[in-house]
Amino acid sequence: MMARKADLSDAAMLAEATVTFTFDGKTFTGRAGDTVASALLANDVHMVARSFKYHRPRGIISIGSEEPCALLTVTENGTTEPNTRATQIPLQDGLQLRSQNRWPSLGTDVFGVLNRFSAFFPAGFYYKTFMGPKGAWPFYERIIRRMAGLGQAPEMPDPARYESNFAHCDVLVAGGGAAGLSAALAAGRSGARVMLAEEQDHTGLGLLPESATIDGCAPRDWAAAMLRALQDLPNVRILQATTVAGVYDHNFVTLTERRPLLNGDAPQPRQRLWKLRAREIVMATGAAERPVLFANNDLPGVMLSSAVRAYADRYGVLAGKQAVVATSHDGGCLTACALADHGISIGAVVDSRATCAPDVAAALAKRGIGYIASSDVVAATGRKHVTGAEIRDRATGQTHRVDCDLVAMAGGWSPNAHLYAHTRRPLEYDRTLGAFVPGNEAPNFHSAGACAGKFGLAAAIAGGTEAGQAAAASCGLAVDQTERPRVIGQDYPVAPPDGIPAGLREKSTFVDLQNDVTMADIRLATRENYAAVEHLKRYTTLGMGTDQGKLGNLNGLAVLADLRGVDVAQLGTTTFRPPYTPITFAAVQGQDHGEAHHPVRRGPAHDAHERLGAVWTNAGLWKRPQFYPRPGETDLEAVNREVLAVRSGAGIVDVSTLGKIDIQGPGAIELLERVYMNGFRSLPVGKGRYGVMLREDGMVFDDGVTMRLSETHFLMSTTTGQVQQVHEHLTRQLADRWPGPDVFVTDVTENWFSCALAGPKAREVLAGLTDIDLSPDALPFMGCAQGKVAGLDARLFRISFSGELSYEINVSSDCGAALWNRLLDHGAPMGLIHYGVESMGVMRVEKGLFVVGREADGRMTADDLGLGRMASRKKDYIGAQAQRLPGVTGAGRRQLVGLRPVDAAQTIPRGASIIAADAPDGPAPPIGHVTSQVFSPHLKSSIALAAIEDGRARMDTQVLAAGPLEGRRVAATIVDPVFIDPQGERLHA
Amino acid sequence: MMLITCPFCGPRADTEYVYGAAAGQGYPAPDAQQHELTEYLFLRDNPKGWHRELWVHRHGCGQWVEVERNTLTHEIRQVQALLQHEGKE
Repeated sequence: MMARKADLSDAAMLAEATVTFTFDGKTFTGRAGDTVASALLANDVHMVARSFKYHRPRGIISIGSEEPCALLTVTENGTTEPNTRATQIPLQDGLQLRSQNRWPSLGTDVFGVLNRFSAFFPAGFYYKTFMGPKGAWPFYERIIRRMAGLGQAPEMPDPARYESNFAHCDVLVAGGGAAGLSAALAAGRSGARVMLAEEQDHTGLGLLPESATIDGCAPRDWAAAMLRALQDLPNVRILQATTVAGVYDHNFVTLTERRPLLNGDAPQPRQRLWKLRAREIVMATGAAERPVLFANNDLPGVMLSSAVRAYADRYGVLAGKQAVVATSHDGGCLTACALADHGISIGAVVDSRATCAPDVAAALAKRGIGYIASSDVVAATGRKHVTGAEIRDRATGQTHRVDCDLVAMAGGWSPNAHLYAHTRRPLEYDRTLGAFVPGNEAPNFHSAGACAGKFGLAAAIAGGTEAGQAAAASCGLAVDQTERPRVIGQDYPVAPPDGIPAGLREKSTFVDLQNDVTMADIRLATRENYAAVEHLKRYTTLGMGTDQGKLGNLNGLAVLADLRGVDVAQLGTTTFRPPYTPITFAAVQGQDHGEAHHPVRRGPAHDAHERLGAVWTNAGLWKRPQFYPRPGETDLEAVNREVLAVRSGAGIVDVSTLGKIDIQGPGAIELLERVYMNGFRSLPVGKGRYGVMLREDGMVFDDGVTMRLSETHFLMSTTTGQVQQVHEHLTRQLADRWPGPDVFVTDVTENWFSCALAGPKAREVLAGLTDIDLSPDALPFMGCAQGKVAGLDARLFRISFSGELSYEINVSSDCGAALWNRLLDHGAPMGLIHYGVESMGVMRVEKGLFVVGREADGRMTADDLGLGRMASRKKDYIGAQAQRLPGVTGAGRRQLVGLRPVDAAQTIPRGASIIAADAPDGPAPPIGHVTSQVFSPHLKSSIALAAIEDGRARMDTQVLAAGPLEGRRVAATIVDPVFIDPQGERLHA
Repeated sequence: MMLITCPFCGPRADTEYVYGAAAGQGYPAPDAQQHELTEYLFLRDNPKGWHRELWVHRHGCGQWVEVERNTLTHEIRQVQALLQHEGKE
């Protein structure tokens, strides 16, 4: 452990235990409390990655979520995740880490040669170079993709568990620094339900370097006391290792909580996605230190000064032995002093200003640190690690070199105002800070501390307290007025670099380290007129990638402004969009996979079907029996057997999923008159009528039989899966269009179990089970009756979807299984069989009945479906006016017809296009399409329903049914869509 | 995700609701002219700013409500029930 300090008593995050992990197959040890980044640095491992485009060696730049370079593939307990920031992975025993985008190894990467040709890979290179020949791009792309990129997606299923959950709170505080802790306590003490989310593993980490005293305490002790005070409040919840990822409409917030697996023992989720609704949001997300522009500023050993200091403060890790500090403000000079106090030798502090504050100068002098004013670091030297810094005097232009193994960059600070930007309000450029800060306060949104451009400990505590109080007040709470802590210490103004230094080698001066965007790329983009910020971003990829340019954006804007000779404020900034840091798909998915992916609806007789060996099919969310194969039967054989058994005997099918809407009240008949195109006023009690509902634009919306149970009580049936839409259609008319009719509309689909008993023997089967008179006179077609069936209270409807004599029996849902079983027990000796929806579908095609969603696909009018004569001319109804529109009626519309193959051995392809019989080979204009295609065991032939232009006028002519997917054309004859029993003798038996 | 305050259920996430249509459009008269019909059926304003619209609280009380929403900011300034339930049993 060469880089760890001898005395670790002050290393705030470290615990005693030793932890073993591997990096690229080599075993290392770290300490409990380390992150992967601190442990690697402690082992003197600096180069951890190869860059995206040029495969340049890259190290660890930062200590937080802004890290652009140190992205690793992590394997823990069988879960592999690429592109994970080393700075945010807590070190654990057995972690396996791999570097990315290198081959065969990090040290000897064959694509590293690209770096030497970087002059040939400017922005837009791939688009300009690989333009032709036509169609060759996929070939180029395969090679280019292999050379460039980040980690690889794992190929194995992720064994870890993830969670996604909802929460509500009064005040969400984003950030657990001085401002966030103050805001949370102020709001919490006022009685607000507070959630405090801190991105790092611990709150108050940013206070560690502070030298001031707060109420006489050291900042770290104050932070610990604040945490205890918050933990004591039952209305405050603290989430550590939790990033506020996005702020959406009306303070809907997503948070990602990273929870390290405890060696697999506890069934803890690995990550949790919170979906939170906060009445108030306090943004206290701090600021990120700004990198400095110089050549080779991407070499391992070039780091943010605050990160160098934090690794020493928190983990006792010294990232170098001899450092050069590049700065432009007093804060950078003081960081240099702190690094010296930790035992890092400071070769020089290079300041772009002419002078620093007198007390700062004294502090530097006291430690014997050389201060070089009016100068810039213009280059770092070295191949795989920094070996020195080139320093250029601004006045003379002279450069000299200082040996070092670490360059600490202190280029000012950029407020992390992303969450504010998520609310779609504009950021404003603050010239003194040289950074973007939140503009006007958004409603129910507060900013405090550095993220608001208010730097310094005293400002953070004051701003945080005020924001917490304002948030509580906005929640209508009495604000806690506890006196604010007193901060004693001095703050130094934050300042940006003083312009872009002259004499930089632009091709190796990196602006965006993750995407390998250099100053030269920005110059090129400007020259080619991609000079607006959004264009620049897309042309050069500046600010893209997993870090979204947290470190690079501002420098990119500064370079662009400098090239264009304008102020950054005039350029504006690109839009910050959620998420703040990448979210694992698995966390978004949470537990919603496998069986829990979406709800499954099972009907009342589900288990009975299961026992009968049903093959299931999905109808909306419902599970429905498709058919019931016997041993040795193929699917088609099973369906054919079921169909023939019903046509010659009797069968039952579960139709519970058909929608049922109960309509009651004096206004019920009025409602039906308006929503159905055909009349219902004359319908007598005890009878039903088939009705067709249109949309406003005249197309068929739904159909079904509505029964009149009493003068003012109707039961409407709808298509399976449409009941919600029909119900809302009805309630909307009642709420918005015809308020007044005294009528109640209730979806009762789930209250009833329904099965259809169909076939020539249906009456015979049912007769022995019911007290209802089944004679054709007492219960004719479309009649309804109430009574006992199989000992159960039942409604009996004589309606049919098969073309056979058929009764639909409705009983209370909880009696459904009993009815089903009793029907089968009683009917089996008479040849009663059970059949599924596939067989039902064959019978309805044989009968020429259309289905909403297949034939009635939203483009078909009632007339297209052959029901034009049903439309009432005596009343106004929804869709009536549209019948007068051109195109809704008239020639050229596709009409429902039947199709039979000319050669009975042929089958009509599913979903086929209909083309003219004499169409030449190759593409031909369609004149229609097949909507349903089945094998009719009754006719021993493939049959189909189709929508064909002026189809009814083409009866008995030939067309081709072309199925491009099956690659075949079948000659077919247009026939009447009713294939069996056109006179309805079976139906009315 | 917007928060829509249902007059019957209180504040609820927009995922509980389904958008219906622009409110206050009226309905075509039985003898509407062709151009009135086509305008009603196929042409709608796409305003930037305040917009009255019908939503149904599908996964709540099932009632239709009229929402006044700013299409630019998603601010919602009023939600009211369409059905007046007074006087009913």
